[in-house]
Amino acid sequence: MNGDVACAEGAIAAGCRFFAGYPITPATEVAEHMAVRLPYLGGMHIQMEDEIASMAAILGASWAGQKAMTSTSGPGFSLMMENLGLGIVTETPCVVVNVQRAGPSTGLPTLVAQGDMMQARWGSHGHYEIIALVPSSPQEAFDYTIRAFNLSEKYRVPVLLMTDEVVGHMMEKVTIPPKSAIRLVSRRKPRGAKARHQPFSADASHIPPMATAGDGYFMHITGLTHDSRGYPGMDAPTQKEMVERLVAKIRTHAEEIMDVEEYLLEDARVVLVSYGVSVRSSLKAMFEARDRGMKVGLLKLNTVWPFPERRVRELATTMDALITVEINLGQIALEVERSAAGRAATDLVGHAGGTIIEPGAILEAIEARCLNV
Amino acid sequence: MKSVHPYDELLRTDRIPHIWCPGCGIGTAFSSMLAAIKESALPLEDFAVVSGIGCTGRVAGYLKLDSFHTTHGRALPFATGLKLGNPRLNVVTFSGDGDLFAIGGNHFIHAARRNIDLAVFCVNNFNYGMTGGQVAPTTPYGAKTATTPMGNDEWPFNLPLLAYAVGAVYVARWTTLHVRRLTDAIREVFDRRGFRFIEILAPCPTAYGRRNRMKAPLDVLKYFEARVRVRHDADPAEAQIDLESPIVVGKFVDRKRPTFLDLWSKRYAPDEDEEVHVA
Amino acid sequence: MEGVKFWRKPLDWEMIQVTRGRVHIFEDRCKGCGYCIAYCPRDVLSFTDRFNRKGYHVPSALKEEECVNCHFCEIICPDFAIYSEEIPQPKEIEL
Ligand code: SF4
Ligand code: SF4
Repeated sequence: MNGDVACAEGAIAAGCRFFAGYPITPATEVAEHMAVRLPYLGGMHIQMEDEIASMAAILGASWAGQKAMTSTSGPGFSLMMENLGLGIVTETPCVVVNVQRAGPSTGLPTLVAQGDMMQARWGSHGHYEIIALVPSSPQEAFDYTIRAFNLSEKYRVPVLLMTDEVVGHMMEKVTIPPKSAIRLVSRRKPRGAKARHQPFSADASHIPPMATAGDGYFMHITGLTHDSRGYPGMDAPTQKEMVERLVAKIRTHAEEIMDVEEYLLEDARVVLVSYGVSVRSSLKAMFEARDRGMKVGLLKLNTVWPFPERRVRELATTMDALITVEINLGQIALEVERSAAGRAATDLVGHAGGTIIEPGAILEAIEARCLNV
Repeated sequence: MKSVHPYDELLRTDRIPHIWCPGCGIGTAFSSMLAAIKESALPLEDFAVVSGIGCTGRVAGYLKLDSFHTTHGRALPFATGLKLGNPRLNVVTFSGDGDLFAIGGNHFIHAARRNIDLAVFCVNNFNYGMTGGQVAPTTPYGAKTATTPMGNDEWPFNLPLLAYAVGAVYVARWTTLHVRRLTDAIREVFDRRGFRFIEILAPCPTAYGRRNRMKAPLDVLKYFEARVRVRHDADPAEAQIDLESPIVVGKFVDRKRPTFLDLWSKRYAPDEDEEVHVA
Repeated sequence: MEGVKFWRKPLDWEMIQVTRGRVHIFEDRCKGCGYCIAYCPRDVLSFTDRFNRKGYHVPSALKEEECVNCHFCEIICPDFAIYSEEIPQPKEIEL
């Protein structure tokens, strides 16, 4: 199956029974597959009037107790930023899939890019932390969609699945494990007297339990800055407490959330840093470089946000150079550069989008570093 | 003597007094809804009230029910998700004219077209109160606002006509002077199913009244008193509001049409005669 | 208040016993808009020289005995600052 369908199947396996979306290339297949599958699973697919409404609808459905998802591509992702912020501040679990295509604006609707990585990090206004996963194959699209739901339920945060046109449309074999082998996480429910429930009162984990609308908690949920009761508090101390907790909720669990894979790093002098479809080009380049005797390895980012800063810093202290491979003109490369903080050289192999990164271009960059050191 | 206001049980009294100005009609529209909720005797835990942004949007924050204060204009799609996510909920949207019809206009027409089972109450005070009184899609031609200081050169929406045209099954308009009829209408709306809409004309003395020779809160109600004509089953096309003609209020539409969930369950869960419950 | 009636009058109004009511005013919540005074069908309420802590002119039930517990002030008040309740009547006055 292709990556879009694998993503939809992953959502279903994760227990998602509500999908709201709006047609957009190259993400439409996710919605179409949900439209075929969900009604027969007791779930629901609805095509909304736009992506703003799609994002709003999944937040509503999540408060109604559903695991909910939407999928889109760049232009729709831009429209979702408004209610993504609402999801963050109201701590609403849900999954947003962005099958990236080349922008800005309408750009290249049918062609690949990885240009929305910083938008994923900072696209909605205000300061927040987010979780973003990046699959590099249909199998990973399936697996990571399940993980995206688990993380969103656990941390009460919208989780982004930053896939791309090539992974979305690529046909590959996907193994769907038996139900018993899939570990699912559901949001923690409040306990104790309903009348005393405070919807945003958290323990040391910083993650408040979440009640469902209709359960008699009579909760108030607002996009305004609010205190633990959910009441608006229009002052700097309330703002500080709320935003710092939202940030701490992710930062203090960053090590559990982050997922990287490492290839041939033991003896490497140069490391490629890549994610999503660009990992495939990077692997090819790495093996070719190895064949030619160059000591190169790969750090594959399965989660891009939160960024695995500590690991990159460690690598920077032992490696000569870090080469970021991505289909944009330097986004995650900036994070790599920041984390390396001058301890190693940092390069970018990237372009403006429309096609994948040619392994040859990566090979050249590796050669340039290996011959210089 | 220690006495308790009868609506206090539905209010977050620790947040009262509310932010609305003296004489603001939002409070009256709100208390009509509370009266109707009490009279309806429907289970309180089944209510979910969704608001957008603006003065009226703050209603959600004072209600001791499940209440959601969402983003500007997006109350309806959020409410759609809530309702479809749990069809048992009695989902109410309570928001302002700017929120529902300017920034949220697209969502309104689609939620009504789909006939999502929602009760929608729109407080129309003819302007954007929260931001200081700018022109709204409901500001009458010629009226003065902060952004039309010499008078408005746009034509306003006729909300009952719009709601009727896009498929609402119940359409009424009342003012905050007609509190009893408004309360009855809200209660009637709670008995119906489908996309139900009540426009509530309300004074905004501070931002709108002040610029339009109705400085005191009472001036606006006096204006309604002088101008309003109650006509049931009137043609919604006659509901246009301008600065000269009478303002038609009453119930315009009360019809039946299968809701989105009715049609959905007919197709996908034909064996159940009840609404389909998701998951 | 002449002309429009904002409170429906039951058809059997003359026949049934007139309910008597009592209004309660929460002066601290009042913002002095005067709606309750202007639209009370029995003119129970008036402004006097009373002001609340925030300086709003608050109503007083000067003709308290006129209240028929119609709840009009209760619903029209935008500030949940007033309500009426029934004063139970002894059986024998019933017609
Ligand atoms: S500004 Fe107008 S709408 Fe807002 S609270 Fe005051 S009177 Fe009401
Ligand atoms: S209607 Fe309410 S706020 Fe207005 S004067 Fe009467 S008691 Fe006060």
